[in-house]
Amino acid sequence: MFDVFIEMFSYAFIVRAVIVGFLVSLCACLLGVSLVLKRYSMIGDGLSHVGFGSLAIATAMNLAPLTLSIPVVVLAAFLLLNVSQNSKIKGDAFVALLSTSSVAIGVLVISVTTGLNTDVCNYLFGSILAMSKSDVYLSVTLSVIVFVLFVIFYNKIFAVTFDEVFAQATGIRAKFYNMLIAILTAIAIVLGMRMMGALLISSLIIFPALTSMRIFKTFKSVVISSAIISIFCFMIGIVISYLYATPTGASIVVINLILFFIFWIFSHFFRRGL
Amino acid sequence: MALIKCGGASFEFDLRLVLKDINFEVLQGDYICIVGDNGSGKTTLLKGLLKIKRPCKGEIVFGDGLELSDIGYLPQSAIVQKDFPASVNEVVLSGRLNSRGLMPFYRKIDREIADENMELLSVINLKRKCFRELSGGQQQRVLLARALCAAKRLLVLDEPVAGLDPLALNELYKIIKDINEKKGIAVVMVSHDIKNAVRDASRILQVQTRQVFWGKAQDYINSYEGKRLMQVLKDENGGVNV
Repeated sequence: MFDVFIEMFSYAFIVRAVIVGFLVSLCACLLGVSLVLKRYSMIGDGLSHVGFGSLAIATAMNLAPLTLSIPVVVLAAFLLLNVSQNSKIKGDAFVALLSTSSVAIGVLVISVTTGLNTDVCNYLFGSILAMSKSDVYLSVTLSVIVFVLFVIFYNKIFAVTFDEVFAQATGIRAKFYNMLIAILTAIAIVLGMRMMGALLISSLIIFPALTSMRIFKTFKSVVISSAIISIFCFMIGIVISYLYATPTGASIVVINLILFFIFWIFSHFFRRGL
Repeated sequence: MALIKCGGASFEFDLRLVLKDINFEVLQGDYICIVGDNGSGKTTLLKGLLKIKRPCKGEIVFGDGLELSDIGYLPQSAIVQKDFPASVNEVVLSGRLNSRGLMPFYRKIDREIADENMELLSVINLKRKCFRELSGGQQQRVLLARALCAAKRLLVLDEPVAGLDPLALNELYKIIKDINEKKGIAVVMVSHDIKNAVRDASRILQVQTRQVFWGKAQDYINSYEGKRLMQVLKDENGGVNV
């Protein structure tokens, strides 16, 4: 086992993938606890599709993928939250509208310019080879910022997640913190998308939180356990993907799924007083 | 000067007028009880006072330096989702957040105040318990403890006694009265429980889409509306003196 690690880390691209993946898994799952509890899981999924569209356009225009995608997806997050709060189109319908439109535009742009090649496939299903050195620097900086903001606003995030009306009534700017959560989520999604793929990135957000909630009963314990689960699944997933040459994103999701079932079964034993 | 002045405020809900031309004020140390039938717009009025809902006509202004962060609020019924993981301690402590401004973490004093309020409402032994696993009455008391943590000058309560047994109910009224008298925190309470409302409150506001009565609690008992309501209560209790 130890030999495998040493062998893995002798490849620079894997070291890059592990550093970025570790940080992104951490950020995504922390935000996920709040998103799952606020019934916003679909927003993560919608944003990843918007991310796909913007990556496609960035490639077609020969722009750096992350620098274009981050502002576009943040803007989409802003739109999604505001529309789902006050409009005649219901929130979930608008998410579906936005995500399918983005994919459609992305696919059109791709077919007109480069055609469906491996790059596009990588956007959809992820690849650890996609990470360049400048990507790594940007990803590390942004995920550290996301993590620090989450810690600083932890108590406020709890308050607006638990009871938004109370928070607002007692002078906490709930709308601002909702927006903050959405923007941080947008950043985490774009950063994680290269590795996990647009189709799988939202699992990084929702799985650890859902798994932890099977067993843990306080907000803090759910947050901490999500962080541990997320990093654990990422590490196992990437080792498996290295050993058996499986796609990284898919491997991580399947490990998450297995862990979810283990926790779920475990919680049933608990309920029966075991 | 009044903490809150409500001047001719009207509220709409889905383009339907639910409250029309409400005029009253909340003074320092007041104990105001808002009464009225179901669907008479009481909860809407509270949301207006808390600036969650804007009046479509008229105005609601804060005076005397009152800020939203001086207010503690108890929502009508626990709107909390069934699967939310949160300990009682986490819930009550979150009431202290509005005193922390931009500061990220709780101080020792915040934890002490939270403990005091949990003690006051006898939920301190549930401190480490999971909120969603408590009974309705216990949840109500935890949420009141949270409201007390947040209240510095004004406590807004929406049906605080719903779901409580009679013994706990009397205890709760006593706690609210104590807070009002000893700490000088003004109370605005929506209640169905006219009997206790009249006993404890200094002033009564009755709404029925429009404003029916506004004045001293004693005057309310002698008013036509008050007598009518008391009569209804008497009948419901099978003629037993209320």
